[in-house]
Amino acid sequence: MSIFDGLKFRKVYSPIHNLDPRMKFIYVIAVFVAAILFGSIIPLLALFAIQIPFVLMARVQKQWVRSLRGALFLATFIFIVNIASNFFTQGFVLTAANWEDAAAMTLRFVVLVESFSVFFLTTSPDHLGLALEQSHVPYEFSFAFTTAVRFVPVLAEEAQTIMDAQKARGLELEKGNFMKRIRNYIPVLIPLIVSAIRRSLELAEAMESRAWGATKKRTNLYALKLHRGDYALLAIIIALLVLTVYAFFYVPIPTVRGLLGFP
Amino acid sequence: MTLEIEDLHFTYPSGVEALKGVSLTVKNGEFVAIMGQNGAGKTTLVKHFNGLLKPTSGRVTVDDVETTKTSVASLARSVGFVFQNPDHQLFSETVEEEISFALKNFGYDQNAIEERINWAVNLLGLSQYRKTSPFMLSGGERKRVALASVLAWDPQILILDEPTIGQDHQQKENLRQFIIQLQTQGKTIVIVTHDVEFVAECNPRVILMRGGKIVADGEGKEILTTPQLLEESSIVLPQIAQVFTQLASEGLPKNIIDIYEAKRLLLKVLKERQT
Repeated sequence: MSIFDGLKFRKVYSPIHNLDPRMKFIYVIAVFVAAILFGSIIPLLALFAIQIPFVLMARVQKQWVRSLRGALFLATFIFIVNIASNFFTQGFVLTAANWEDAAAMTLRFVVLVESFSVFFLTTSPDHLGLALEQSHVPYEFSFAFTTAVRFVPVLAEEAQTIMDAQKARGLELEKGNFMKRIRNYIPVLIPLIVSAIRRSLELAEAMESRAWGATKKRTNLYALKLHRGDYALLAIIIALLVLTVYAFFYVPIPTVRGLLGFP
Repeated sequence: MTLEIEDLHFTYPSGVEALKGVSLTVKNGEFVAIMGQNGAGKTTLVKHFNGLLKPTSGRVTVDDVETTKTSVASLARSVGFVFQNPDHQLFSETVEEEISFALKNFGYDQNAIEERINWAVNLLGLSQYRKTSPFMLSGGERKRVALASVLAWDPQILILDEPTIGQDHQQKENLRQFIIQLQTQGKTIVIVTHDVEFVAECNPRVILMRGGKIVADGEGKEILTTPQLLEESSIVLPQIAQVFTQLASEGLPKNIIDIYEAKRLLLKVLKERQT
């Protein structure tokens, strides 16, 4: 569940936490676009590096490292698949370019995980819901979304309890071949699903008893407003996009193998 | 079969230090109630008894086997653990299958499984529900199915986490009778609970925890009648003890939690007053 830990919001106050979630989301999209545009290591490394100050400013480095560690498995998988597919389609040879491309693909994935992790670590689900609502997303949808986000850690914890309960009855999750291992999870999944459904019914009743959906036009206790920090972030986003587009069209991007003198 | 805990410390991965040096021995056939407020470390402690949690430092041994050196599955054969919420473990289509789950995990053969199911459903009065889905049963019945599914393999040590929550008075009384029955069979029983009345009626050895440490360990009669100790753990005195605390000025002893002893003492006083 470590990958969930990396996305779990903890209440701390920092300049990054206080930023408008809409602006932070635009920032994530900008990083996303830049990461997709560039396919080589050096710009991707730069993208990776420019996010580190945000992590440090938000003081979430511990959880951030944990989320990257959670992504390690998938990253390794991406790297291996890239190398292997080149290896088999090129007649069992690998060039320096192949290694570099595979590393770049992996790095691209890491950059994406990094930016999403910074976003979720520093944005409370409430803020997120508020942002969706003020972006004119219907309240039903924004509520469903924030509730889903809020329940991820609850379900993760519940899954842990269920696993413990079944282990106490002699269930060994790691035992057997691949198919057997999947079947081992049935005693964990069924109670988890049943309890999630039961929980959602209870939540629906509790919400209705508190007049959910009584009026079309809801008011909010807090309203999002752009502050100085948000404009600073906007400036960074614009600079990032301009630089990205400029570099993409006009700057020949050096390769690592070129710098190291490989063919 | 002895449970031994030596200077047990445990810190959760999140950094919460739940146990701060717990030492404890539970002898074979003992009946122990672990009490304390929420977050005192009760459940964390008992999860060490069958190896679900491993010590950060210190030692936990079951019959001289250290829990770090064996698997939960093999410890579970002698240490049965019934979780607080039955919905965290029920998953089968019928009560019968639910009970057979652990037996299959432990490799019992078909005949033995059949025998153990019969035994368990009779013991807990679930015979009429053998083919019923556990999800169709009431809360109290689900709790009994969960209990049956653990008792089925007849573990020597039985841990019950909050067994009285959500049970009505009659069910609690049944549970108490049932625990006494297991005790006479020589089983070790550990219950984790807030339910002071239930503990007073059962009169087990009481272990009181606070802030990850044991603050009192001894007879229920002594611990449950010490207001200062209980107050700090947000536990109120059992009702009988409250009455006798009020009556202390009349020359009656304070440390009474047993209803029959209370009756005997009060009758004695009444008779003395009459004559």
